[in-house]
Amino acid sequence: MDRNQSYRNHKRLMKALHLSGLFIVMAIICIPGLWIVLNSFRPTVEIMAKPPVWIPSFTLDHYRAMFGGAGEGGVPVFSYFRNSLIVSVVSTLIAILIGMSGGYAFARYKFKGKNGYFVGLMLFRAVPGVALSLPLFIVFARVGIIDTHIGLILAYVAMNVPFTVWLTDGFFRQIPKELHEAAEIDGCTRWQAFWQVEFPVAKSGVASAAIFAFLTSWNEFALASQLTRSVGSKTMPVGLLDFTAEFTINWGGMCALAVLMIVPALILTFLVQKHLIAGLTFGGVKG
Amino acid sequence: MTEVTLSKVVKNYGKHRAVHGIDLDIQDGEFVVLVGPSGCGKSTTLRMIAGLEDISGGEIAIGGRVVNDLPPRDRNISMVFQNYALYPHMTVRENLGFSLKIAKKDEAEIAKAVDEAAGILGLAELMDRKPAALSGGQRQRVAMGRAIVRHPDVFLFDEPLSNLDAKLRTQMRVEIKKLHQKVGNTIIYVTHDQIEAMTLADRIVLMQDGYIVQVGTPLELFNAPVNTFVATFIGSPPMNLIDGVVSDSNTIQLAGGLSVPVPANAQGHVHIGQQVKFGFRADNLMPIGHAVEEEGERADLDLTVTLTEPLGTETILFTDIAGTEVQGKMLNPRPVRPGEVLKFRLMLDKCHVFDATSTDAVRG
Repeated sequence: MDRNQSYRNHKRLMKALHLSGLFIVMAIICIPGLWIVLNSFRPTVEIMAKPPVWIPSFTLDHYRAMFGGAGEGGVPVFSYFRNSLIVSVVSTLIAILIGMSGGYAFARYKFKGKNGYFVGLMLFRAVPGVALSLPLFIVFARVGIIDTHIGLILAYVAMNVPFTVWLTDGFFRQIPKELHEAAEIDGCTRWQAFWQVEFPVAKSGVASAAIFAFLTSWNEFALASQLTRSVGSKTMPVGLLDFTAEFTINWGGMCALAVLMIVPALILTFLVQKHLIAGLTFGGVKG
Repeated sequence: MTEVTLSKVVKNYGKHRAVHGIDLDIQDGEFVVLVGPSGCGKSTTLRMIAGLEDISGGEIAIGGRVVNDLPPRDRNISMVFQNYALYPHMTVRENLGFSLKIAKKDEAEIAKAVDEAAGILGLAELMDRKPAALSGGQRQRVAMGRAIVRHPDVFLFDEPLSNLDAKLRTQMRVEIKKLHQKVGNTIIYVTHDQIEAMTLADRIVLMQDGYIVQVGTPLELFNAPVNTFVATFIGSPPMNLIDGVVSDSNTIQLAGGLSVPVPANAQGHVHIGQQVKFGFRADNLMPIGHAVEEEGERADLDLTVTLTEPLGTETILFTDIAGTEVQGKMLNPRPVRPGEVLKFRLMLDKCHVFDATSTDAVRG
């Protein structure tokens, strides 16, 4: 009986430790985000207060100022938002199309130097994006696509393709080849077999790859800060810099813009989270 | 009319040759089973007929039309895969109708064909489920339904029962046979299980290492195996084989000093001094009093039982002849303890002789 009791206590203790560990980790992840949201709604005095004020007061001043005229601390939010949206959506679409084709090829076909190409792609991914900013800047400047959507889109596609290839390759690999064979026997061409059978089955995988690509582009700062100059092409992360002046930083405004940046990403993630829970049941195969 | 003809069909994987120029004529409406141990080339052969593998050499014709370079969709075949390969994102109804939808048949026609197939296979209640919500046997039936919906010239089955448990396998075996009787199409069926081959086939094609070893009806393969491989592969338990030497034109001296007469069908085809394997089935070695009473030449042997496998209507008895473990059969079984000595009757007319070096049967 005593042994039972001690094992039970041990189990309870482990569970308690496990839960508190989880809580701490989640707190570290979530509190900065929460703080941003809180700060965007409180007056500057309160933001700078030491020790911190835990019970926030509520004001919309920062949002009002941000959407206001240039003289009142306003920034071109709508332009930044539009730029971010165009660049992220277009680069994600292109990256997914290329990445999916690549991933499918790696998963299904045998060709010479396959492993070499794959490792090469992954290595490319290992190069930090900022390291490329100077060469990119020079090349883009020569070609004349500095400060354009196209330039940024190109850079992001290059950044995202290796990752989407790697991710979709994994998903297509999970689909047994008999599925497309069955489809071909049922009368499909190779192309039809892909779109009618393999793509719908791998849809969740492609969707998660798309989300990752979108978020990478949406949040990217280092390259964008080099390759964009004006309101016509600056994305939201770069726009945050508008709140820094020579001697001061407008923390409240920065937080307000950050919230506007977080919200679409959150909504999008919520919309597709059903797909993100990977593995649309593979019940068609095996018992 | 859809006969399938393979002439000198070869498959190479790089330098490795998986199928060595096989010839095979399959008649219209025939149920042919390709059987053999894994790696014998049977699945590769089937996949070449389906068009899922390129043909490295030779010619395949379906219904008199050479199909070597036609894609699968133009061969008018359908195939049931070992893992069923149902489309997981479609309901049973959509799975069944998929091929017709691709062929751009109109809705009413699809619905009619799908319902007909569902009726044949008893799928009516499952039509709106997805494959994930089906049991193994149900998935198997859907896969078969998908194959029959489009009325193909030839059905191809690639080890369709391997993923089912033993009981379901027996049941589905019967359903496949019934299906064949109902629709009457040509069927080519691949399996590694000799019982499936025996029970289903009009004709069995037994393959080994990329060659066809023997083609014939189940009983031909069972009663007249061309070599020791066929003899031990077909039939359960496998044929007993004992080493021996032909000592004179009428006698074979077995390893343990026992001598037996040369079976009638081999007489005149052996030569003195020839190393042979003497073969007989468990059905021909039965304890007296528990055997089929039949006429014919026989030898009575006192043998010690080492192991028993009761199966209900019969018991398999393991024993020893001339230092070789052999299996006999006991009808109307009574309990037998290991170590018990029984008087066995060996029916000599039904024995086989194989050449020890070539393993080929010695037979007139």
